[in-house]
Amino acid sequence: MTEREPRPRIGVITFPGSNDDRDALQALELLGAEAVPVWHADERLPDVAGVVLPGGFSYGDYLRCGAIARFSPAMRAVADFAALGGPVLGICNGFQILCEAGLLPGALRPNASLSFVCRDVDLRVERTDTPFTSLCEPGGVLTIPVKHGEGCWFASDELLAELEANGQIVLRYRDNPNGSVADVAGVVNADRNVMGLMPHPEHAVDPLLGSSDGALILRGLIASARDRAVVTA
Amino acid sequence: MRATVLVRPKPGILDPQGEAVESSLRHLGFPVGEARVGRVVDLEVEATDAVAARAEVERMCEQLLANPLIESYEIELEDAQ
Repeated sequence: MTEREPRPRIGVITFPGSNDDRDALQALELLGAEAVPVWHADERLPDVAGVVLPGGFSYGDYLRCGAIARFSPAMRAVADFAALGGPVLGICNGFQILCEAGLLPGALRPNASLSFVCRDVDLRVERTDTPFTSLCEPGGVLTIPVKHGEGCWFASDELLAELEANGQIVLRYRDNPNGSVADVAGVVNADRNVMGLMPHPEHAVDPLLGSSDGALILRGLIASARDRAVVTA
Repeated sequence: MRATVLVRPKPGILDPQGEAVESSLRHLGFPVGEARVGRVVDLEVEATDAVAARAEVERMCEQLLANPLIESYEIELEDAQ
């Protein structure tokens, strides 16, 4: 059944300093997508129905994480793609880039502990009305690893209240590893087609690696891309 | 014209670096109050008058040098002559 479903093409953008791009490509292939590498200097996206901004340390995290990568030529194409409703998932550094680009609300600051955290964390699924969490159980718990030094998501009280009211807070830490406001681990934009999260779903797609909960999020993206590919075909 | 941009975490924004510096200074016997850590960017700006230079550097701050959500900035200009 699954084998007969079309494999939607999903682009994974490599910035100078990305280091989880290959894991993202591999995970997407494993889960039923045709993963397409995209170089950050490309001004146009190839024919894709979804985009992943992977983790890493784009431009050495100079100035602020994601602050320089957001000006990559490919990011203009990503913004256009998102504006047309295309699903975009930013993981870790990809989340930081999307916030810096203004495609997602908030900003990411150094962890409250000042320590790099690298471990599995439990996430509560707050919303399932996004393409990325549509396969999750409402209120369910996902175990997915984090590995970051600057994952402390910040929003002002006013912005947070607005996001809560709009249902844009999608994932929360059960035991906050970085000091983020309101334990936020993942958010979506108002149109719900752009999501960012600090944990790495692409590192949790096989029980052999401790958890396959990340597959739920990537499969959600793939399903959304598949629908989109069918609609636009 | 030389410009110096001072970027600071806005008041109320968690600044773990500042907290670490503050506690280290106290540890060394300096009775400091709050310490906050920001960033300094020195620039050479190609503008002849100060008004144009300031406007240019302000655009740089808004677009790249500071994230207005979490940081404030201050611009100091110094004539190269």
